[in-house]
Formats: sequence, structure tokens, C-alpha cells
Amino acid sequence: MAIEQALQIFVFVILTLMTLGGGLAVVTSRNLFHAALSLILSLAGVVGYYVLLDAGFLAIVQLLIYIGAISILILFSIMLTRGLMTPRQVQRNEQWWIAALVVFLTFVVLIVALWQMVWPIADDEALRTPNVAISQLGEALVGPYAIPFEIISVLLLVALVGAIVLARETENNQGSHAEAGSSE
Amino acid sequence: MEALIRWLVDTFPPLSEALARLIVYVLYSGVLAFVAPVLIVVAYTYMERKVLARIQDRVGPNRAGPLGVLQGFADAVKMLTKEDVTPACADRVVFNLAPVLATVAAILVFAVLPVAPGVIGADLQAGVLYVVAIGALGEVAALMAGWSSDNKFALLGAFRAVAQLIAYEIPIVLAILAVVLAAGSMQLGAIVAAQDIPFALVLPVAFLVLLVASIAEIGRSPFDLLEAESEIVAGYHVEYSGMKFAFFFIGEYMHLFASAGVITTLFLGGWRGPLASSDSLLGVLLGFIYFVVKTTAVIWIMMWVRGTLFRIRIDHLLDFAWKFLVPLGLILVVAVAVALKLPAVNSPALRWIALLGANVIAALLMMIVISLLARRSRSAALRAVAGAD
Repeated sequence: MAIEQALQIFVFVILTLMTLGGGLAVVTSRNLFHAALSLILSLAGVVGYYVLLDAGFLAIVQLLIYIGAISILILFSIMLTRGLMTPRQVQRNEQWWIAALVVFLTFVVLIVALWQMVWPIADDEALRTPNVAISQLGEALVGPYAIPFEIISVLLLVALVGAIVLARETENNQGSHAEAGSSE
Repeated sequence: MEALIRWLVDTFPPLSEALARLIVYVLYSGVLAFVAPVLIVVAYTYMERKVLARIQDRVGPNRAGPLGVLQGFADAVKMLTKEDVTPACADRVVFNLAPVLATVAAILVFAVLPVAPGVIGADLQAGVLYVVAIGALGEVAALMAGWSSDNKFALLGAFRAVAQLIAYEIPIVLAILAVVLAAGSMQLGAIVAAQDIPFALVLPVAFLVLLVASIAEIGRSPFDLLEAESEIVAGYHVEYSGMKFAFFFIGEYMHLFASAGVITTLFLGGWRGPLASSDSLLGVLLGFIYFVVKTTAVIWIMMWVRGTLFRIRIDHLLDFAWKFLVPLGLILVVAVAVALKLPAVNSPALRWIALLGANVIAALLMMIVISLLARRSRSAALRAVAGAD
């Protein structure tokens, strides 16, 4: 048991360095592409936390969604946006004080919440039953949380349709793509 | 694995169980990370060359060693002694990290593959989801390589790679979902255990979808647009040479083996076969041999496809994924889910028949819809021609 605990602390330190160092690099790097890659490093650290907490499903979902989808999208849009590829970017715009205010308030709320919260500690037995946990998650999503789940699905669908509408070519310059449009 | 841990604890009494477990798993991951890549690359590059040579009516490698079996080692020496060139304008850190990430992403898949009875790195609850999620790291590696090389062709290759990987990830997920529904678990060990009949026989459509999408996912011909020599030189790794290129190469073959291994595990019964069991060393070895033979058979099919078909156009590639494989996968998942919940399905035999029926219905439905759509677009094209005259 002692070895496991020592290893856990060792891994925890590495993960914390990854997460915080990556996060720091995101905001300090003047190269937007490097910032995006640092974001991936930071998110990978969070994956590691989930693994350490025995929450394998959450870890995989974090990997799939945050690294597999969102980060790739960010990288892609950086690469496709003109002028953003230059290594020196201005790091603030005229709204920096609003951002600073929001960040400060969020930080205060988080600190207060963390300070006052009493964290329930489950006994080891409850922690060692991931098999139940994953099916419980599935049943909760179609049972008591069915309506929020469906609302989120509809929201995502609306966002998807909206994105397609925005990205669609207008009727005027569609002439050359008549074949592509005829499938509708 | 468990048996090995018990044996270690019994034979060397000072070892605690935790320590023995640590030793066994560290050794296993060492084998996966250092020994397996070398063996796989040397074995399967030789096999690929020989198979392609046979298809093209050539002899193939025949100089290094008897029948050319040492060709892989000769290539490795060549790679190691080549000059390591870095473009002057390259982003050095990212440029050097990309090949490492590409290889690591491919190796990580092996952590959840049950390669023999009881031999598995981690039988995760959401094992199949993990396989899909790890693919994302490969995409990041391709983007990193393409961008940091400061080369237009590399960047184009990276764009193509990501567009293709994202498009073909969805059919892969849908095909895997059909298997998960049939097996009732996302755990790879449990999926192997559920295959009293290999799923390829009862879910043939899902098997074909996964096979085709996997070929696209690992970027092999006819879907090798990300490194189309005639169009974009060599794709995202055009600026790499020597050992760094070798890393991409190793990553590619590891990915090939891993994909074929996943197909074997999900559809061909994994390590299952006569006399394979986790009870004895012989049973474990037999299981390992079955796994490797089945995986090699899948790889052989992929090589056969590569030697037979030509490269397809990029818009056809994306159309094929979004307009054919994705709808087919969706229909299939619905059909399988309904078939499993039919009230008449109450015995194992009926279950298999219902699954097979769902597959046939899904395939027929898709064929009918496709032929109707094709007829409509053909007549529209004809009308356009007639109108022009």
C-alpha cells in the first residue's frame, strides 16, 4: 500500500505541473499555436487527475471531447485564420479590464466555495465499484435527468444547424455548385 | 497476468503483492512500448513488400538474408545513419515532438487490447471508447507536424489528414456501437467473452464498415490522400528525415497493427479459439497465437486492398464517409437495438438470428435509398444536358 501511495503522490505532482504549467503557457505564450498546444497539455493533465481518481469513464470522455474535438477545432481555426499564424500576437485588447474583473470574481467565488464546502468522503468500498457507476450514469441520463439531457441535445442541434446556415453559400454564388445543391 | 503476479509472490516471499503487480505491469508496458514496435515494423514491412510484390507480379525484397527476411533490419540501419535535417524556419520544439506523439498515440491503444487470455494492460470499463479517444492524439500529431514544418505541402497534408480522420471517426464509432449493443458491454475483455460466434458472422455490415473506416483512419490506400505523392509530395511528414521519419513510420505500422487488433477483438473473437484458455501457460500461448494470426489476416486484407484499388478523389472520400458510411451506421445501430429488444428474441440462437436479420435489413435499406438517390441525380444530370442543348 505504501508503494501505491508514494506512486500516487509522484504522479499527482507530475500531473499538477503539467496542468498548471500548460495553463500558464496558454496565457503567456505569444505564439497562438503554441498556446493551443499548451492547452492540450493542460487538459491532458486533467485526464490524468480523473484516472488517478479512478474515474476512468470521465477521463476518456475528457480526452475524447476536450482534446479530440475542441482542441483540434481550435488548432484548425487558428491555422485557417489569416494573420494568426505569426509568432507574435498582441496579448490584450481594450476589454482586458472586464476580463480581469470576471476572473477575479470567479476566483473569489471559487475560494469561498472551496473553503466552506464539507467534502463527503466515500468509504473505499463505494469507490471500488466503477462497474455500477457507469451503468448508473447511463440510467440517470434516461431516467431522472432525461429532460435536461434532451434539452442539451436540442441546444447542440440548434447550434449545429445555426453553424451550417452561417457557413452556407448564399443563393447568388451558388450557380457553379448546382450539383452540390441539388441533393437537398 | 494475475497468475504471473501470484507466481511472483509465491516464489519470492519478500515481494508484496503490490510490488509484484507493479513489476509485472511495468515489464508488460515495457514490452509493448519497446519490443513490440520493433518486431511489428520489421515483420509487417517485410510482409507488406512481399504481398504487394506478389500482387504486382514481382519478387520483392530478396537480397538481405534468405528470401530477404532481413530487409527490415537493413532499412532500420539506413534510417538510423541518415542525416537528421530540420528546416531552417521550422518550429523546433513542435517539430521534434510531433513524431514522438504520433508513435505514442499508436502504442497507447495496446494498453486495452486483450492479446491473450488474461493478458491485458487495463481492462477499462469504457475500453472501446478509449480506443476511439486515443485516435485524437494522432490527429494532434499530424497537425503539429504539418504546421511546424513550415511547408505548404506539409500543411495541406495535415489539413487533409484531420478532415479525413474526423470524417471516418464517426462510422468507426457507429460500427463499434453496434458491437457494444450486441455484447452488452464496452469492456474489451467482456466483448471477447461474449463472442460465442464471432461478431463478424452476425454483424457483417458493422464489420465491413469498421474495416473500411479503419483503412481510412490509418491513411492507407485507397484512402492515402494525406500522403498522395502525386499531389502533395508526401503529406505532413515531407520535411522529416532519418530517425524522426522512422518514428512516423513506426507509428504508422503500430497503428496498422492496433487497428487490425481492435477489429480482431471486436469482430473475430480476439484470442478465442480451440483450447485457448487462461488456465495453463499453453492455453495462454495458444490464445496469443490465435490473436496474432487473426490480426495478420486482417492486415493481409488491408494490404490486398492497397495493392488492388487506386487512390480516390478527396471529395469522393468525404462524400463516401458522410453520405454512405454514416447513414448506414445509423440505420444499423437502430436496427440492432430494435432487434435485441424484440419480444420474440428470448434464446441465444434467436438473438444471433435477429442480429443477422437486422444487418441484412440495414444493408438492403441503405442499398435501396442509395440506388433511388443515384437514379434521381442521374436523371437530373441528363435533364441538365438536355436543357443545355
